[in-house]
Amino acid sequence: MDKNDYKDVYVFAEQRDGKVQNVAFELLGKARELADKLGEKVVAVLLGHNLGDAAQQCIAHGADVVLNVDAPELEHYTTEPYAQAIHQIIRERKPSIVLFGATTIGRDLGPRLSARVGTGLTADCTALEISDDRDLLMTRPAFGGNLMATIVCKEHRPQMSTVRPGVMRMSPADESRKGEVENVKIDFNPAKFRVRVKERVKETKNLVDITEAKVLVSGGRGVGSAGFDKLRDLAGTIGAEVSASRAMVDAGYIEHARQVGQTGKTVRPDLYFALGISGAIQHLAGMEESDFIIAVNKDKFAPIFSVADLGIVGDVNKIVPLLAARLKRD
Amino acid sequence: MNIVVCIKQVPDTTEIKLDPVKGTLIRDGVPSIMNPDDKGGLEFALRLKDKYGANVTVITMGPPQAEEILREAYAMGVDRAILLSDRKFGGADTLATSRTIAAALRKLDYDLVITGRQAIDGDTAQVGPQIAEHLDLPQVTYAESLEFDGDKTFTVKKADEDGYQVIEVDAPALVTALASGVKPRYMSVRGIVEAYDRPVEVWNFDSVEVDPATIGLNGSPTRVAKSFAKGMKAPGQLYEVEPEEAVEIILAKLREKFII
Ligand SMILES: Cc1cc2nc3c(=O)[nH]c(=O)nc-3n(C[C@H](O)[C@H](O)[C@H](O)COP(=O)(O)OP(=O)(O)OC[C@H]3O[C@@H](n4cnc5c(N)ncnc54)[C@H](O)[C@@H]3O)c2cc1C
Repeated sequence: MDKNDYKDVYVFAEQRDGKVQNVAFELLGKARELADKLGEKVVAVLLGHNLGDAAQQCIAHGADVVLNVDAPELEHYTTEPYAQAIHQIIRERKPSIVLFGATTIGRDLGPRLSARVGTGLTADCTALEISDDRDLLMTRPAFGGNLMATIVCKEHRPQMSTVRPGVMRMSPADESRKGEVENVKIDFNPAKFRVRVKERVKETKNLVDITEAKVLVSGGRGVGSAGFDKLRDLAGTIGAEVSASRAMVDAGYIEHARQVGQTGKTVRPDLYFALGISGAIQHLAGMEESDFIIAVNKDKFAPIFSVADLGIVGDVNKIVPLLAARLKRD
Repeated sequence: MNIVVCIKQVPDTTEIKLDPVKGTLIRDGVPSIMNPDDKGGLEFALRLKDKYGANVTVITMGPPQAEEILREAYAMGVDRAILLSDRKFGGADTLATSRTIAAALRKLDYDLVITGRQAIDGDTAQVGPQIAEHLDLPQVTYAESLEFDGDKTFTVKKADEDGYQVIEVDAPALVTALASGVKPRYMSVRGIVEAYDRPVEVWNFDSVEVDPATIGLNGSPTRVAKSFAKGMKAPGQLYEVEPEEAVEIILAKLREKFII
């Protein structure tokens, strides 16, 4: 393999129900930075069926080229048709870097492709940079977030990684950007498709997206069962969304879609209230990049205070209702 | 029906602490456990065994002490346990690991291969799909439940961000399991007693057919260039005051941030 045969930064432009996912736009922004450093192009790989202006949106978020694969097989994600399409594209075009969102789709597709291509894949990267010798430096948390590791894939191409939604910042769309849309045809082998999707069920309770919220009021075990109503009350007065630690999700007080942390969502709001949350490493992994963190905890040694910009040692069950009452009064 | 469940011994990451002075991990005394998602997958297999009389094999790749989780699996009710252990397998990234495990699976009969979705010490969720690719099996990831029609078809409830999908796949197939979908059974007392007399087969490099250049550290396309403890952020302000005053401090901050 000659590394010089491989160039350009490719992004899997994940869409669901025809809508390109924010994580794809976030990755296109990051890809733009990497490609500029390399002096190469950003290529969005858009798989789907009747996608409307999705290609244009990819260009507005940083793509120079959109490889548009329109096929009924690709309308909804299943592993094999998507893997075949991207595998063909990698074989024919030799990208240097391929980025995927670390969603249930990206984490199903990425490893399948890495094994098919025989190259490395680094999961859940939190930082991507180009090294002096033009390799991709992929940094990710290890050991439940206790340690960070920078991974390289020196001798194999493409270099592939997944990035969780919300980790890279999305820059605003620039509608005036120009790019090229190229239609690509895939030679599918339907004999390998093999899985049959019988039903797709959307659960409305999962529809809130706490990663989009500007302000999050997040509660932990210290809030207790009775306290959650007070949290909702507080959130209501300042137009915030409610989120939680895993302890509260496991106890059934709130749905998993609102869980923050390593096995929940990565959030980066302007303001994050951590109320009665101890600050376990798995929780911090999902929120420490918030712009401003206010923590209330009765234990002044709680680890949450190590990431808080403003820490209050006190009882949430006293402070939260008082705060909500003051906000309503003013 | 033959089911092979791939399991891994992992440090209980909730118990790992950072040495605040040296910035290194304190791993001493950290208990090792069967990875939670793998245990969920094992429970799926044992339920199929209860209902349809399947033959369940567990396999793990790891150092000799990984035998502990194989004994635990025996005590839960599996029929056969294999430890894949060789220095040549060590230092592997996910791709090299998946090649080694796939090579071992080629020596076994299976209608269904189950892995956990991800291991808590790495969280990559890669090894399952990579094994599926090496063995040319269809994959269904994120399984919350797994049913069998008694003939050849598995029905999987696959979780995703917006809800779930119901997916059918015929044997042979590979499924990755979520711990949240199922409560693993406890080890039975008889099982625990017997587990120590049951044989754990140890397979090494010579037991499987695999190109040494594709496994272990040398066969790993990715390398750790460096690892470091997360930078600590500058400490914020901490107040230990009466609730009324605390509320005023927070309100002032909200005004400053234009939240109110
Ligand atoms: C593989 C793995 C993945 C995980 N993923 C996640 C994840 O994604 N997200 C997550 O959050 N956790 C996750 N966890 C769990 C995590 O380790 C912690 O157990 C969890 O975050 C604890 O939640 P908590 O802070 O609400 O509860 P606790 O740790 O019990 O903390 C409660 C806190 O409330 C304080 N408190 C109690 N009463 C009051 C009061 N009246 N007023 C003020 N403060 C009070 C206490 O001082 C304490 O600090 C994961 C664990 C594992 C093993």
